[in-house]
Amino acid sequence: MKLRADNTEPQAGPPERPDSIPDQVTGLPWFDTWRGVYVFVFMSFVIWVGLLLALTVAFS
Amino acid sequence: MSPLDFVVLIGSMVGIAIYGMWRTRGRQDLSVYLKGDPNVKWAAIGISVMATQASAITFISTPGQGYQDGLGFVQNYFGMPLALIIVAAVFLPMYRRLNVYTAYEFLGHRFDDKTRLLGAALFLLQRGLAAGITIYAPAIILSTVLGWRLDLTIVLSGLLVIIYTVSGGSEAVTLTQKYQMAIMFGGMVMALVVLLMKLPPNLSLTDALTVAGGFKKLHAVDFSPDIKQRYTFWTGLLGGLFLSLSYFGTDQSQVQRYISGASLREGRLGLMFNAVFKIPMQFLILLLGVLVFVFYQFERPPVFFNEATWNSSVHGDSGQRLRSLEQRFAAIHAEKARLIRAWLDAKHSGNRQAAAEAHAQAQAALDHSEGLRAEVKTALLSADPRAQTNDTDYVFITFVLDHLPHGLIGLLVAAFFAAALSSQAAELNALGSTTTVDFYRHIFKRDATDAHYVIASKWFTFLWGLVALAFALFANLVENLIQAVNIVGSVFYGVVLALFLVAFFFRWVRGTAVFWAALAAQTLVFVLYFSINISYLWYNFIGCAACVLFSVLIQTTLGPTVTPARTLSTP
Repeated sequence: MKLRADNTEPQAGPPERPDSIPDQVTGLPWFDTWRGVYVFVFMSFVIWVGLLLALTVAFS
Repeated sequence: MSPLDFVVLIGSMVGIAIYGMWRTRGRQDLSVYLKGDPNVKWAAIGISVMATQASAITFISTPGQGYQDGLGFVQNYFGMPLALIIVAAVFLPMYRRLNVYTAYEFLGHRFDDKTRLLGAALFLLQRGLAAGITIYAPAIILSTVLGWRLDLTIVLSGLLVIIYTVSGGSEAVTLTQKYQMAIMFGGMVMALVVLLMKLPPNLSLTDALTVAGGFKKLHAVDFSPDIKQRYTFWTGLLGGLFLSLSYFGTDQSQVQRYISGASLREGRLGLMFNAVFKIPMQFLILLLGVLVFVFYQFERPPVFFNEATWNSSVHGDSGQRLRSLEQRFAAIHAEKARLIRAWLDAKHSGNRQAAAEAHAQAQAALDHSEGLRAEVKTALLSADPRAQTNDTDYVFITFVLDHLPHGLIGLLVAAFFAAALSSQAAELNALGSTTTVDFYRHIFKRDATDAHYVIASKWFTFLWGLVALAFALFANLVENLIQAVNIVGSVFYGVVLALFLVAFFFRWVRGTAVFWAALAAQTLVFVLYFSINISYLWYNFIGCAACVLFSVLIQTTLGPTVTPARTLSTP
């Protein structure tokens, strides 16, 4: 049993995998870029927190 | 449970398991066995990620949290959407680019073997413990309530999940999770519909929310800076961010769910599906518990929800005292229901002063009844010092058994078991994969065939199943179950996450520095856990920050390394 030392000997691993679809493609009708998808997800989070806050205030 | 309930329960659980085994029979390809179907679509990945996280504890214990403490627990998930964005943008592309089977292989690429093995070992330790809790938690509740033998419930449900996980690997896990998730959602939606129908006829949904809000059950967002308070916006956002980042980014039981798929797009969309829908899902499950609370303001609840513990003490020496407390509880309940109706009537008629007075009296009655429940717990404890007096986990199952029609009871119990099996399967699959890839293949047998590693992985999965079963058979928990799982995770997750964050964002730090930093940080977390009283979510942050800081300090002390870091750029 031989453990590889601190990053001096690159490790043999499985080959890197080319994806069949380019990484930049979201395939979504309204979002051309992943940045747009992330902004949408973040805004949905803000809206959920806002709705929960509204519920807290409305029935407190 | 009636024969119809048993037909629904056994038919659905065994049927899904057999279907998963049949569809994945004869797989010999290691990649398919460990990662699953390479053509799986984002929806299946998203459901699989959700089903892995949503254990039986989620569906049994969370409504109880809603009943007891209201909606505040939802804040625990506030960090999750942000964490999933980071995982989708940074972690996932790296895993796919390196074509790894496990997250810890990445640490070997970036650092060295000892850091990879440390990451894998920390995962096996905490996930091995959690797998035992995942089996034990629903079994103890369901066996207690349904009168089944605990050991048989653990062994039968454990063996079922072991058989189809060993047989079909990751592909079987993802496949069965789709149908198990359908049963979970179907059951919870039906429970919500029946609950709404069972509320008093003259009580609108707005009235129900008014009652819940009046008793502080709808306090969903709390900006309090008090770090001792368990659930606030800040603990949820910061602690939850680190917990979720660690869980989704570095826990093999989750990584294994989303690294398959034809392209990066499928994994990313599967994660974004969870980022959007997890908070509303948890909100609805907690709301279910809150509405059960409202329901029990008009329908008298048991004074103590764990009927088995109650029955064992009420026939003993403390019986007279417990009966007396139960009678006082019934009287105060009737008075409370009358006061709540008076409060709502005054509110409807626009008489604010009368509404405020009735509300204050109803609140006092609620405090009185809670005081009586506390006395009951003290009496139970004095009758039997080993008695479990936390009955929060028994609230929802009691409602299901007492108030749902036959057939639906079977569906709800099936939903609890479906949730248990889906998360157990993912855990065992990940434990088997990590043991095979990071230890067996990497250290002991490097050049065997795929078929050999598939067989080895099946054996390791089987052995981990036995370990989890043994742990479950001997476990004895004191905390609320969902919290117990999160506490175990929080103690380890911060350090594991730090290994990955240093790998991604501190390119000049090497393996030796991060390895010793991780050991020091984990020791610090253990010391703090046993010596100070803060919300457990903070341990994610403390462990992570300490490990990153120690890594930087140790590397600075060691000086710059001669060998440049291996380039691991994200695409």
